Amino acid sequence: MVGLATVFGSGAMTNSIPEIERNDLIFVTGSNTKENHPIVALRMIKAVRRGAKLIVADPRKVPLVRFATIWIQQRPGTDVALLNSMMHVIVKEDLVDRDFIASYTEGFDDGFLKSLEEYTPEVGERITGVPKEKIIEAARLYAGASNPGIYYTMGITQHSHGTDNVFCIANLALMTGNLGKESSGVNPLRGQNNVQGSTDMGCSPNMYPGYQKVTIPSVRERFERLWGVKLPEKEGLVASEMFFASGAQKVRAMYIMGENPVLSDPDVGHTVEALKELDFLVVQDIFMTETAELADVVLPGACFAEKDGTFTNTERRVQLVRKAVNPPGEAREDSWIITELSRRLGYEMKYNRTEEIFHEIGMAWPAMAGMTYSRLDEEGGLQWPCPTQDHPGTPYLFKGGFPRGKGRFTVVKYRPPAEEPDEEYPFVLTTGRQLFHYHTGSMTRRVEPINRVSPEPYMEINSEDAAELAIEDGAMVRVSSRRGEIRLKARLSKRPDRGVVFIPFHFREAAANVLTSSIALDPLCKIPELKVSTVRVEKV
Amino acid sequence: MLTLTIDGRQIEVKEGSTVLQAAREHEIYIPTLCDDPRLEPYGGCRLCLVQIEGVPRPVTACTTPVSEGMKVETTNEYIEGLRRTVVELILSDHPNDCMVCEKAGDCTLQELAYFYGLRENRFRGERRQYAKRDANPFIERDMEKCILCGKCVRVCEEVQGVSAIEIAYRGFNAKVCPPFEKDLDCEFCGQCVSVCPTGALMGKLSLGKGRQKDIKKVDTVCPYCGCGCNLTLHVARNEVIRVSSSPETLNEGWLCVKGRFGFKFISSPERLNTPLIRKNGRFEEVSWQEALDHVAERLGGIRDRYGPDAIAGLSSARCTNEENYLFQKFFRAAVGTNNVDHCARY
Amino acid sequence: MENSTILIKVCMGTGGIAAGGTEVISAFEKELQAEGISAAVEKHCSVHKVGCRGFCARDVLVDVLIDGEKTTYEYIKPDMVSRIVKEHILQGEAVQEWVVKDDYRTFHEKQRKVVLSDCGEVDPEDIGSYMERGGYDALRKVLTSMTPEETIEVIKSSGLRGRGGAGFPTGLKWEFARRAPGDTKYLICNADEGDPGAFMDRSIIEGNPHSVIEGMVIGAFSMGAHRGYVYIRAEYPLAVERLRLALEQARKKGLLGEHIAGTEFSFDIKIKLGAGAFVCGEETALIASIEGKRGMPRAKPPFPAQKGLWGKPTVINNVETLANIPYIVRNGAGWFAQFGTERSKGTKVFALTGKIKNSGLIEVPLGIRLHEIVHDIGGGIEGDRKLKAVQTGGPSGGCIPAEMIEIPVDYESLAEAGSIVGSGGMVVMDETDCMVNIAKYFLEFTQAESCGKCVPCRIGTKRLLEILTRITDGRGRPGDIELLESLSNDVRAASLCGLGQTAPNPVLSTLRYFKAEYEAHVHEKRCPAGVCKNLLTYTILEEFCTGCTMCARVCPANAIVGERKTPHRIIQDICIKCGACFETCKFKAIKKG
Repeated sequence: MVGLATVFGSGAMTNSIPEIERNDLIFVTGSNTKENHPIVALRMIKAVRRGAKLIVADPRKVPLVRFATIWIQQRPGTDVALLNSMMHVIVKEDLVDRDFIASYTEGFDDGFLKSLEEYTPEVGERITGVPKEKIIEAARLYAGASNPGIYYTMGITQHSHGTDNVFCIANLALMTGNLGKESSGVNPLRGQNNVQGSTDMGCSPNMYPGYQKVTIPSVRERFERLWGVKLPEKEGLVASEMFFASGAQKVRAMYIMGENPVLSDPDVGHTVEALKELDFLVVQDIFMTETAELADVVLPGACFAEKDGTFTNTERRVQLVRKAVNPPGEAREDSWIITELSRRLGYEMKYNRTEEIFHEIGMAWPAMAGMTYSRLDEEGGLQWPCPTQDHPGTPYLFKGGFPRGKGRFTVVKYRPPAEEPDEEYPFVLTTGRQLFHYHTGSMTRRVEPINRVSPEPYMEINSEDAAELAIEDGAMVRVSSRRGEIRLKARLSKRPDRGVVFIPFHFREAAANVLTSSIALDPLCKIPELKVSTVRVEKV
Repeated sequence: MLTLTIDGRQIEVKEGSTVLQAAREHEIYIPTLCDDPRLEPYGGCRLCLVQIEGVPRPVTACTTPVSEGMKVETTNEYIEGLRRTVVELILSDHPNDCMVCEKAGDCTLQELAYFYGLRENRFRGERRQYAKRDANPFIERDMEKCILCGKCVRVCEEVQGVSAIEIAYRGFNAKVCPPFEKDLDCEFCGQCVSVCPTGALMGKLSLGKGRQKDIKKVDTVCPYCGCGCNLTLHVARNEVIRVSSSPETLNEGWLCVKGRFGFKFISSPERLNTPLIRKNGRFEEVSWQEALDHVAERLGGIRDRYGPDAIAGLSSARCTNEENYLFQKFFRAAVGTNNVDHCARY
Repeated sequence: MENSTILIKVCMGTGGIAAGGTEVISAFEKELQAEGISAAVEKHCSVHKVGCRGFCARDVLVDVLIDGEKTTYEYIKPDMVSRIVKEHILQGEAVQEWVVKDDYRTFHEKQRKVVLSDCGEVDPEDIGSYMERGGYDALRKVLTSMTPEETIEVIKSSGLRGRGGAGFPTGLKWEFARRAPGDTKYLICNADEGDPGAFMDRSIIEGNPHSVIEGMVIGAFSMGAHRGYVYIRAEYPLAVERLRLALEQARKKGLLGEHIAGTEFSFDIKIKLGAGAFVCGEETALIASIEGKRGMPRAKPPFPAQKGLWGKPTVINNVETLANIPYIVRNGAGWFAQFGTERSKGTKVFALTGKIKNSGLIEVPLGIRLHEIVHDIGGGIEGDRKLKAVQTGGPSGGCIPAEMIEIPVDYESLAEAGSIVGSGGMVVMDETDCMVNIAKYFLEFTQAESCGKCVPCRIGTKRLLEILTRITDGRGRPGDIELLESLSNDVRAASLCGLGQTAPNPVLSTLRYFKAEYEAHVHEKRCPAGVCKNLLTYTILEEFCTGCTMCARVCPANAIVGERKTPHRIIQDICIKCGACFETCKFKAIKKG
């Protein structure tokens, strides 16, 4: 989000899901949409059936490739080169939108234009491994479309240069004027039901609800008035820093609600150690997760079906969550637990109904001020910004301009990933999800039929690589990196290119994040490079 | 806009609409079994036959585009006779075991049989006999109840883009099945289950869990990825037994395997159901009073000793906005630190 | 014979080959070589394979032309060749006893050959042979001196109607497609001949594939198509092979492909093999099949001329329709329109089969009396039994009873009589045919060939068949005839495509003309034609039985008892109604009924 927020002044999907149907070109990069956002993929398929062109850029032959006009199989971690090369073609063939650039952007001619010069299709081909004809064709298709949408996920962001990747995507959209209108924009697809919401709600060390910076005194004062208490002045630690901070900064106690960092964060060994070192760990969850097992106190929360509230989906749509059943045994709604704890720590939060909290959110962040539960109920959710009761919500952003004034071009240079294959670790490991399981598997692995169709961890490897290593389909392999090793079955496939292996991270018995690095972080947003690590694969 | 007459009523509709769409827009009922507005018109069940002035034979309303001045009759003795024959023919090749059928109460065929009062059947004859033997864990396929409306085949191809099933064989022996009649092996989105008008396709998880009339339905939002699909939870005896989704929602009623079939974790016996405190290296069940007091005491102690910044919180992209709001507010206002983050803020 | 031109033509259609045509040809080649003829008068003597000329029952048919004078031999086997060479070719004296008889002449006399005019004359595997007889002249004429609109006008005014069954005016169809917006259009030749017993299209492609290709190119030019398909049954290997060869030859000659005949017009044809589904003869099902989908029809509109193959304007013409085109263009619309009636112009090819003396492929002017076909061309009923009915139009058609034998054979008259011209099946039935059984036979076919998409066809035809089966099995119930009629009408009205809409026709038309026969089955448990086994009893007439014991000896069930020289008796409980005794008895002492 940092990337988009820097460029536009706000970070979220610029368009809404139904608009995908009217895209005449869809550019999907670093997103296994058919498996990870299946319902968004259905809209894409619908658009393709209606005649839209589809470009899929992914190191793996993901299922969406079947519907693609062209598939670009770039080497993992070379997205900047690919995108810069496409933009080089667009400039060279004069397919840029001069009017848009002049009216709505800044920084096009200041070095940006020049920075593209070196990224000829030939250079692009050399770095990415993609034939230059395909790069040229993709560039023409994108620039020639009238309503193109770009869709990406963690395949773009989970890199040591994730923000750079996002900058490139933004540059591409800006130079062709494909923003600020229906069915044209830049759309990061959010991977969890309420990532958008938890970001919106200010669960960030540097921002209050609504992306308002904690370091700006006037903002802080407003929140102090709202909450009736003095607030801390300096920014807090981001998640990855919490596990690294030492000395005076050292974190002694943690309260983790509904997360399982042991499996979801890079370098499992390191995460476990950091958590064990804490003086006190409280975990609030619905299952005894790998993280909860390390806790001093475990508090049983309620799942989505057991409470009222709202989720905000990937297209900024706030929708009602309704209670259907009672929580099991003594388990309680998380909001009750938080307010009880707060009272005991001397700060009383008093709400009679969940909607009162929602009302307070509207006071904290004007973009949601126009929403009420009854509106959400009647209108099937509302997309922020929705500042007033009579505002219809906002299906697409940046109509007629950007929050920060003008969209900014950013000069981006290709940097290789933090780890590159060598003799000791010759394979590139990329991690992600698959269709049947979700995240660390705490929910789906407890659903018996799902576990029956996808019972165990596996590693996808190109059949030819496997043949060289004498690995047969279904054989056990040992995969090791500089951090650790796991054992799991090999799945021979045409999906990854040669030299690339893929491991889903849902399985605790062979956790992919034992292998990934917690040090390779994006300098700006501190996201770990989960999509590129190097490993060695051996038959056992 | 075009003007046409349906059953003597003059109505205006958009050009390019079908007669069926036009009738529906104006709340004129035409029975159908194979129509779904989200799928391409099919014209297979022949229930929506109507008569159009100047057209020699009855035509299906679902496939016939409207034209200016068209005069349509949707019901008369002749048309109802044809529809009655069609339903009677279907029932002549149907198990008619509504007493034990999971779909009873939510079955379009049952409704039509009731509507046409078909107790007797003039066409009693051979019935297809198939073994139920699909070993997949999600979808019960009872092909004796299949009426070949083709919705499952179409949704799988047109919407899901998978084409896991197709109609095989000809004539009376036509049968919807995966290639070579193997067990279903697909994305298990269950779109086919959601469009099936009879009990031919049912979710295995909900079999025998409750009759339609006893089910409470609650609309909510999916807890998995960020698409924000709308779910309707079907609840019987404080248990979620089935998930569906209405076609009028953001996701047009479509769900994925997780959204449709991934609900069993709610009632999992592994759910945490009491607060736990680690005592001498082992978790012990405690009361809320004890647990909350203990947490407050320890956090308070650490804050007093090391300052508020020695405490950090990780919130959840799985929790609601309200909970996330409270969580960060708790850290900032109650604990006094900005050390609050969630795992996927990137 | 040294200065004569000698031409030997051997019938090599599927029928000819089955009768030994290949062996006859090599026998000729061997004999001629042995006699030193190829060396002596090589360029004057040649042996050709030709396609079917219709009278397949007499295969192998061989024409020997000496200086243009034609002698036709019938039933030729390889061992007969040597005598023909010696006596006829070397000495000029035809082998009279093997020459066709008078019925060969009467078989052809009332025919008018347009489509088949070159079948049996040209060598289907040699484009030159077709071109010598004016082949591809029509195409050159169209491409170099006519506009598409003018071409369409010629076809329209010729009155040509689709020969696949529906009889839609061909010129009009082309015009719709021409006017449909879009640059990409397709022309499909429907060679998925599926009616049981029909072989018109197969014979045309086997006998003269170039006429179809020429017709297609002219059609494509008229409507503006650049790609065409021939959708042909994989069960027609010879036709497929000859078509493939013909396409190659046409491409080599520049008559197909890029810049045809040196003009700007380009068009090419692909062969698509059908897997033998009857329903794929329905045009929307055929399109689905070409697209790689299950061969299943869809509702019209939109018609293929607006939205067909891959969603583009598409014309589908039947083989015979297309094969007519070159002759119409070459000879003029007026010439073509002189054949036929006011509304049914031209000729029609029929596959004449059943209880008839001369069966085979015939081409007659539309409007010809049914009587002329049965008695003049067909030579009357086999065994001089009584004509009962003529079934036309295959499983979608109906029966014309003997009383209506004077009916003109054209689209309108047959429709009025409850049948159709259809694609050209014509089955002659006599008094030994049971009409209920005939209806059941056709329903067995359509029921099995239904694609299963729509309810009335899928279940309705099944139930019709079940009712017919129980009637012929002697289990008919009161009310069954009424139920048959009402369900037939509903299936006809409610089905999606032509298959289901016409499937009840054999039932309805037999009910119309032969209701008494149904009633006898249901009420009296009797099959008047003596066909339905369960309704038959064989009894021995004591007054004629001589006690020869022949019947008892052939009875496989040992159901016949009796002393020698005394009348025998059939034990009905044991009799399996095989009819062996009936066939064996020399004294007509066994009664069937």
